[in-house]
Amino acid sequence: MTATLEVKVWRGKSQGGFSAYAVPRQGSQTVLDVVTHIQRHLEPTLSYRFACRVGMCGSCAMTVNGLARWTCRTHVTKVVGNDGRLEIAPLANLPVIKDLATDMTEFFDKWARAKGQFKGTRSRHDDFERIEPASAERVAANAGIECIGCGVCHASCDVVAWRPDYLGPAALNRAWTLVNDVRDVNQAERLRAVAGDAGCHACHTQGSCTERCPKQLAPTLAIAGLKRKVAKAAVRGEL
Amino acid sequence: MSASTPDATHAPAIAQARRWYWQRISAMVLALCVLIHLAVMVYAVRGGLSAAEILGRTQGNWAFGAFYAIFVVACAAHVPVGVANIAREWWGLGERAARALSLALALLLLVTGLRAVLAVVAPGGAA
Repeated sequence: MTATLEVKVWRGKSQGGFSAYAVPRQGSQTVLDVVTHIQRHLEPTLSYRFACRVGMCGSCAMTVNGLARWTCRTHVTKVVGNDGRLEIAPLANLPVIKDLATDMTEFFDKWARAKGQFKGTRSRHDDFERIEPASAERVAANAGIECIGCGVCHASCDVVAWRPDYLGPAALNRAWTLVNDVRDVNQAERLRAVAGDAGCHACHTQGSCTERCPKQLAPTLAIAGLKRKVAKAAVRGEL
Repeated sequence: MSASTPDATHAPAIAQARRWYWQRISAMVLALCVLIHLAVMVYAVRGGLSAAEILGRTQGNWAFGAFYAIFVVACAAHVPVGVANIAREWWGLGERAARALSLALALLLLVTGLRAVLAVVAPGGAA
């Protein structure tokens, strides 16, 4: 283990370059700790984004040594080899605002386009709807609802890179949780929204999203579920 | 599923869903066809085989013809869907150009494939 880390950090927007910094190595150090050290002590103008530091908010994802990761819960020891080199860049497939901060607007707009909003019929004056916890729908929804919206899957997806209008794994995963929400009444419209040219059928099942998801969710599985559901709806003339 | 009648605005979604399940169904057919094709080929050429011997077996054999006609139709359904995706994502073609290309490829596969089947099946070597 080296005493210092040789850290290259992206500076600029889409045009820019890497600047090198020497950061003291510490025990249990996370990649976010490294970036914070650089900003506090070496490069006060460095822009990056974080909030909770405990893997809940999904705001600190960056490209670390070529792969998208949540930086607050990525220990340096996990990503740095014996040479002590670290390369930190903004997330791929999103416009860069400055340095390590990306513009997430399009990412979240895709959630809206995939009809990621819940639409029920009951009001606060009605009784709660009872959902059997062991029902197939509830189990399927449970598998996807822990998404923190970090954008790691979106940045890791080759189809998003090739087809920028593709809704992407996060938005489709969100849609799949709602497809399995028996209280929701917007189902036909949602299936139509996720079925088009930029929807679930564009997925090649490469599985990078599932491989890289820091929450160990499986958007690939969710997208496969959407494909089946959409196909059934098309056959029945319900699409 | 809320009740709503399909209309023209849903056409791309419906078309995409259909392309997907036709590609899946044709893939299942192709998997079976390729296995039979390879097995028969290996079995048939054990002692070496000439063009005359092949035609001697295939001409007038309409079961053989039907099998390969299904093979060709499955290819013509399966391949263009994938090629349209490749054209869209790797060659930078627009959605309409990619669809036009895939349709042309489907027709080419269908016509040349069925013509080839007819050529080896028709008695006396028609076509």
